[in-house]
Amino acid sequence: MEPVRVITGRAVPLDRSDVDTDQIIPAHWLKRVERTGFGAGLFSGWWENEPDFVLNRREYKDATILIAGPNFGVGSSREHAVWALMDYGFKAVISPRFGDIFRNNATKTGLVPVVVDPDVAEALMRQVEADPTTVITIDVERLVVDCPAAAISASFPMDDFTRYRLVEGLDDIGLTLRNEAAITAYEQKRPAWMPTISLR
Amino acid sequence: MTITPKTLSEKLWDRHVIRSAEGEPDLLYIDMHLIHEVTSPQAFDGLKMAGRGVRRTDLTVATADHNVPTINILQPIADPISATQVSHLGKNCLEYGIKLYPMADPGQGIVHVIGPELGITLPGMTIVCGDSHTSTHGAFGALAFGIGTSEVEHVFATQSLPQVKPKTMAITVDGDLPAGSTAKDVILAIIGKITTGGGIGHIVEYRGSTIRGLSMEGRMTICNMSIEAGAKAGMIAPDDTTYAYIEGRPHAPKGALWEQALGDWQTLPTDEGATYDTEVVLDGTKILPHVSWGTNPGQVAPIDSEVPDPNSIEDPGQRDAAERALRYMGLEPGTPLRDIMVDTVFVGSCTNGRIEDLRVAADVVRGRKVHQGVHAMVVPGSMRVRAQAEEEGLDQIFLNAGFEWRAAGCSMCLGMNPDKLAPGQRCASTSNRNFEGRQGPRGRTHLVSPAVAAATAIAGTFSTPADLR
Ligand code: SF4
Repeated sequence: MEPVRVITGRAVPLDRSDVDTDQIIPAHWLKRVERTGFGAGLFSGWWENEPDFVLNRREYKDATILIAGPNFGVGSSREHAVWALMDYGFKAVISPRFGDIFRNNATKTGLVPVVVDPDVAEALMRQVEADPTTVITIDVERLVVDCPAAAISASFPMDDFTRYRLVEGLDDIGLTLRNEAAITAYEQKRPAWMPTISLR
Repeated sequence: MTITPKTLSEKLWDRHVIRSAEGEPDLLYIDMHLIHEVTSPQAFDGLKMAGRGVRRTDLTVATADHNVPTINILQPIADPISATQVSHLGKNCLEYGIKLYPMADPGQGIVHVIGPELGITLPGMTIVCGDSHTSTHGAFGALAFGIGTSEVEHVFATQSLPQVKPKTMAITVDGDLPAGSTAKDVILAIIGKITTGGGIGHIVEYRGSTIRGLSMEGRMTICNMSIEAGAKAGMIAPDDTTYAYIEGRPHAPKGALWEQALGDWQTLPTDEGATYDTEVVLDGTKILPHVSWGTNPGQVAPIDSEVPDPNSIEDPGQRDAAERALRYMGLEPGTPLRDIMVDTVFVGSCTNGRIEDLRVAADVVRGRKVHQGVHAMVVPGSMRVRAQAEEEGLDQIFLNAGFEWRAAGCSMCLGMNPDKLAPGQRCASTSNRNFEGRQGPRGRTHLVSPAVAAATAIAGTFSTPADLR
């Protein structure tokens, strides 16, 4: 994972609530066995059927931040949703509330989930709707989102460990393997009635 | 010294903590890892790139479900990309030595149906799968949750997961359900009440006499859809119903181990005096059969009501969402739900593809005919469910009524196999997600119970079995 410290860029306003992962990347895209190439499928059910869908609008091209309504990323566990957002060019998503699995997937892959108060999300949404050239800065080290044009400077929550991993670009598995002795010790005490599966 | 009373989920959590440190997520041990073809290939790739192996192949089980064509299951898969994904799973399982229930194997089926039926899902275990409906297994008093592909890779390599401890929520449902209402209606009513975001950040424990009175199949239906309320997991404390279901299953403990396990399981239920961060209460006696009208599972209503008017919704976000949903669904406010015509009926999925669900549906359609123009199908959740149903003659009842009788898989729940709605088609479905395009691009899904799905297939419009008489 690449380190993520500060993200500065323009934003896309996706003023919809409950954007589930089936909308972010529809199921027929999930047949790929690679991690790449999902950007073309991002929100494809929407941009294919709605000519004025926000991603079809020129003025939002090359934005790196997505602003969405509450409950972004609920539904299916598909990490393909995160891969699609990143492949498309997004580095962070701002929403008042995220689906738990999506939020976990995002931080494992380096997409920053920025949880802000509904009022802040609303104000940012209106600002970038009014002026698509608005620049937003997300500082992962300080956990602050800044938008001078809207006179917004708001902090967002993230546990220390996740922030540290993002900022340093650390591999989760490598970190866990430092505790291998503890894992082995735990395994010795597991109850005997727990099932194990043999190949036959 | 006084012992702090704990909830079921807190007990499971604490028993599985390998390591905890200030400011870090707890490292949890994973007792069973279920995998399928869609969310595992990139995880296997990651392992290979890092030169890592699968730590506990004996705690890992695989099956093919999402892409499986449920007609001609013995033929090669026609769609080359689906075929690649399924064959990737086979190759990876062979290479790493992981037990696989391949397509058409008597043990194959939807991952959340085969775990319990094999006796792999037991109380007191942590179970994960790269699939959000892993919450199903919580019906046994297991702590079970869906994970993403990076986490799948993490479990492969370490048999553990760093997790931030969620909050606890109790949802209590008391009283006898009205005749014709089922577990599906209970969970739809719950999601309607707490909405799709209500459970975010929580592990839900379902309690109360209504829940206690449900069979294991019904409890699985409830826990299955916990994720539709946003919850990390859903759980029900194990009891005699649970033990009776488990005893004798292929991987269930036997002899002295069974006694040991029982002793252990009996300590799991929430202690007297334990408290939850959030509590929700529903009156079971008032839960009528439900039908979803919108494009998220919180947009539901009792069958004897009408399509709601978005203007009557106060919250501007919810109002917008309802307007969008009605446009997508092609519905007019004020239309009685019973007047809505469907052209497809799907009975199946990890929510309602178990033997009891098929029995209920078969009972309704016995001796009747599917309404003209309605395409109805039954897709058993597993090959075992299919075999059991055939032994009971349910296949003949469905076939005689004009239903298609299929092999096991996810099928029209998400349309990764050839079963898809055409644009604009309307389906009464026993699955769990009515998202836009879920059952096929521009398709329209209404979530219902197996009883309502079956009655609707006969009547052609949303109906309960009682309406048919
Ligand atoms: S039946 Fe549907 S919800 Fe269940 S695992 Fe399959 S695709 Fe997912």
